[in-house]
Amino acid sequence: MLTVLLILIPFIAGLIAFGLKGSGPKVLGMIASLASVAIAIGAGCTFHASPDKLSFVASWIPQLGSQFRVGLDGMGVMLCLLTAIAFLLVFITIYNRDIERPNGFYGLMLLSQAGLIGVFTAFDALQFYIFWELALIPVYFLCSMWGGEKRIPVTFKFFVYTFLGSLLMLVGIIYLYFQTPDHSFSWTSFTSLQLSMGDQKWLFWLFFVAFAIKMPVFPFHTWQPDTYDQSPTPVTMILSGVMVKMGLFGLLRWLMPVVPQGAAMWTDVAIVLSIIGIIYASCIAMVQSDLKRLIAYSSIAHIGLMSAAIFAHNEQSTQGVLLQMFNHGINIIGLWIIVDVIQNRLGVKNMDQLGGMARKAPRMAIFLVIISLANIGLPLTNGFIGEFLMFSGLFQYNHWFMAFAGLGIILAAVYTLNMIQKVIFGEGNTLTDSTTDLQPGETLALSLIVIMIFVLGVYPQPMLDLVSKVF
Amino acid sequence: MNALISTALSGVVLMFVGLFVRNKQHIKFFAIAAIIIAFIANLAQFPSVELGSYTMYGMIEVSRFSVLFNAVALGATLLYFLLSGSEFEKVGEHVADYFALIFFILAGISLASTFSNLLMLFLAIEIMSIPQYVLAGTDRKNLKSNEASLKYFLMGSFSTGILLMGIALIYGAAGSFNITELGLGADSVHPLALCGIILMAFALAFKVSAVPFHFWTPDVYDGSPTVFTSFMATVVKAGGFVAFLRMFHVSFAGGAISEHWTLILSIITAATLILGNFSAVFQQSVKRMLAYSSIAQAGFMLFAVIAINQFAAQGIILYAAAYSIATIGVFAVLMKLKDYTFEGFNGLAKKQPLLALAVTIFLFSLAGIPVTAGFFAKYFVLSAAIQHGHLLWLVIVGVLCAAISVYYYFRVIIAMYFKQGDPEVEPVSGGLKAALILAVALVLVLGLFPNLLIGCL
Repeated sequence: MLTVLLILIPFIAGLIAFGLKGSGPKVLGMIASLASVAIAIGAGCTFHASPDKLSFVASWIPQLGSQFRVGLDGMGVMLCLLTAIAFLLVFITIYNRDIERPNGFYGLMLLSQAGLIGVFTAFDALQFYIFWELALIPVYFLCSMWGGEKRIPVTFKFFVYTFLGSLLMLVGIIYLYFQTPDHSFSWTSFTSLQLSMGDQKWLFWLFFVAFAIKMPVFPFHTWQPDTYDQSPTPVTMILSGVMVKMGLFGLLRWLMPVVPQGAAMWTDVAIVLSIIGIIYASCIAMVQSDLKRLIAYSSIAHIGLMSAAIFAHNEQSTQGVLLQMFNHGINIIGLWIIVDVIQNRLGVKNMDQLGGMARKAPRMAIFLVIISLANIGLPLTNGFIGEFLMFSGLFQYNHWFMAFAGLGIILAAVYTLNMIQKVIFGEGNTLTDSTTDLQPGETLALSLIVIMIFVLGVYPQPMLDLVSKVF
Repeated sequence: MNALISTALSGVVLMFVGLFVRNKQHIKFFAIAAIIIAFIANLAQFPSVELGSYTMYGMIEVSRFSVLFNAVALGATLLYFLLSGSEFEKVGEHVADYFALIFFILAGISLASTFSNLLMLFLAIEIMSIPQYVLAGTDRKNLKSNEASLKYFLMGSFSTGILLMGIALIYGAAGSFNITELGLGADSVHPLALCGIILMAFALAFKVSAVPFHFWTPDVYDGSPTVFTSFMATVVKAGGFVAFLRMFHVSFAGGAISEHWTLILSIITAATLILGNFSAVFQQSVKRMLAYSSIAQAGFMLFAVIAINQFAAQGIILYAAAYSIATIGVFAVLMKLKDYTFEGFNGLAKKQPLLALAVTIFLFSLAGIPVTAGFFAKYFVLSAAIQHGHLLWLVIVGVLCAAISVYYYFRVIIAMYFKQGDPEVEPVSGGLKAALILAVALVLVLGLFPNLLIGCL
């Protein structure tokens, strides 16, 4: 029942939020996300004690052999925890902001949380597809209503891209459904299928394209920088912190186990695409002067590494990916919070107009440095252990791939240090002199992130234990 | 059978009602009462087909499928009356006649879902079509309406001729008019039969406006009074499809013969999907966009005709319901606006949030987004095609086209929610709002539990 509650709480809270006025929606959002975090932690504890209690099956469309089938394994618990924490962090950060039409904003945010949790808990392919789409629609409205100037064409492109990918996946799901002996959509039926090589060869692409668009992996990434740039920052936090994990999750939960031979056959192609993404995105990030776009491109590079590691498909790389999914989510949300603070105070996000903020906003500067370094995987921070595992897994698969992917670390250091230098060091100007330091809400959110960065950086064992049972 | 009798009788009664009742609004209530009676009478037939279908006089076969399809058609018409019934008064003086014509069309549709003789098919198609030619031209002072009526009539007669020719050739080859006794699915294909099938496919493709027989559609839909376009594009089109499906699944399925027409219909389907969707993208008027979208949706429904399996029958019923409800709903809102262009919808969400929300959900359904009925409709027809096995290329074409369709459906949503504007909206009555909420609820309920409908099959 805990799993169902994880979906129901944000869903019902979201629906209620539409009808509330004044500060009602934000209070409700905060309560719902606190409750979600508590339940996710509860689910984590239950998982160790009695994992069976976390699954729930109910009849849904018997004629189709589709059931409402939710459950949590280590990966699911971790991603639900990430989702709940991400939304809590976002709500804390924006608690004191004035948002236009808050009922719509919080309502849609909570609905997208319900969709995301649904994706991470679904053990029925049709249900997975439905939640996959449901997570997308609120985000489309959030970006289009509260986003930047060019938001309408940009988010539209984002929607059409993902929708096309989803439909291809649907074709794959229906095809697999007909192959199952018991005509069912359940994950166990799908994974126990004995598919011919010929089928696996093309089924792989139906699923891979859907997931690759979502992550995004080169060359399916073109929607991403524009969307991150134009979305309101709270939504960008969710998009980059949690939503891209849907793609990675899809690979791990549905693609690799269901079409293993297909995946094995196209592994090199997928890894090469991922590595091109890493290098290409890092190079663009280096020459970016726009802060939001820089982080957007850096995200493509990081996701590229995770996708390559998934396809390397050994224990170490998979462990690394699972760990890094959480860490990347936390770190990138931290970065977005800081970008949001800068944009909120100064109204600019061009790095050439910034500088010298360390003197005026020392707390922000400290947080920025710590989170940035965690993002590039400095030892003792959470990013390190995940990256280390991924690289060592990739090395086992093919050391050339690892060498090229490793270039990403160097490039990441270049653009990250460059960003730190341009934003907080150097000479200030009249604009940056007017800045103020963090507000209590922002400080709280960033402090939580930094605590997680250090705790998981020094003692990642609990998290490793959680995800170790997946494979 | 009950549906056929009750709709035909209702049509006659309504013609007389027009003589005695002067108040236009009261006529609408008569029509609504009549459709409810027809709906219940149709449902009352369910117990009799519980164990299997039965044939009457060798002409009509009543089956679970036909009863369920009639229920969908009559239910959708009831919704149509509730949502758009008051618009009839604005078209012209003869309100009772318009309602009567709609009932005659429904009689044709219930015949189309039950025919078991080729002559009955011909009758069904004609009974469905002729009232439409009249309805298209009811706005007598409008030249576009005149043109629509004439064009529809000429094209319609032409296709009826082709249909008759097809029937004649098939009779020549098989020596029977009974669709279950044609025996054309055997190993060798008689050239006469093949010609007959092709002619019938073309004629029926014309009726459901499949490419390349679609040219009349945008002009007729655009020229006809909007309230009738809404009906023609939905319930009537579904009626055309049910005739198509029945004819091809009962008589021409299996054996060597189905391979011949499968290829032809696959090409027609692909062309319909591609042309319908691409043309819809370039429209400036929402009404014309919906006309092209109806062509595009026809492409999806054709999947069900080509794939001969259980999913196809379920798919066509669900598709008919989902597509009809959503399109009738969008048209109902469209008729409340003065300006039918996309700009006419600018800022509707602020002015009439309920209308905007309803249109959004209807368009989601048309685009096939989950939790709406349209998703499962698309799901079933795609399933039917995938199960068929040799149509994967067509499925991929369909999927790409579905992604394109998002473009023009979302243009309306973007206009309503994200653009500034002050659309001129006629006053919206509480009754219409209630009917819209009912339609939205139906779309969502069928989107969550499609088995409520297809479970009856």
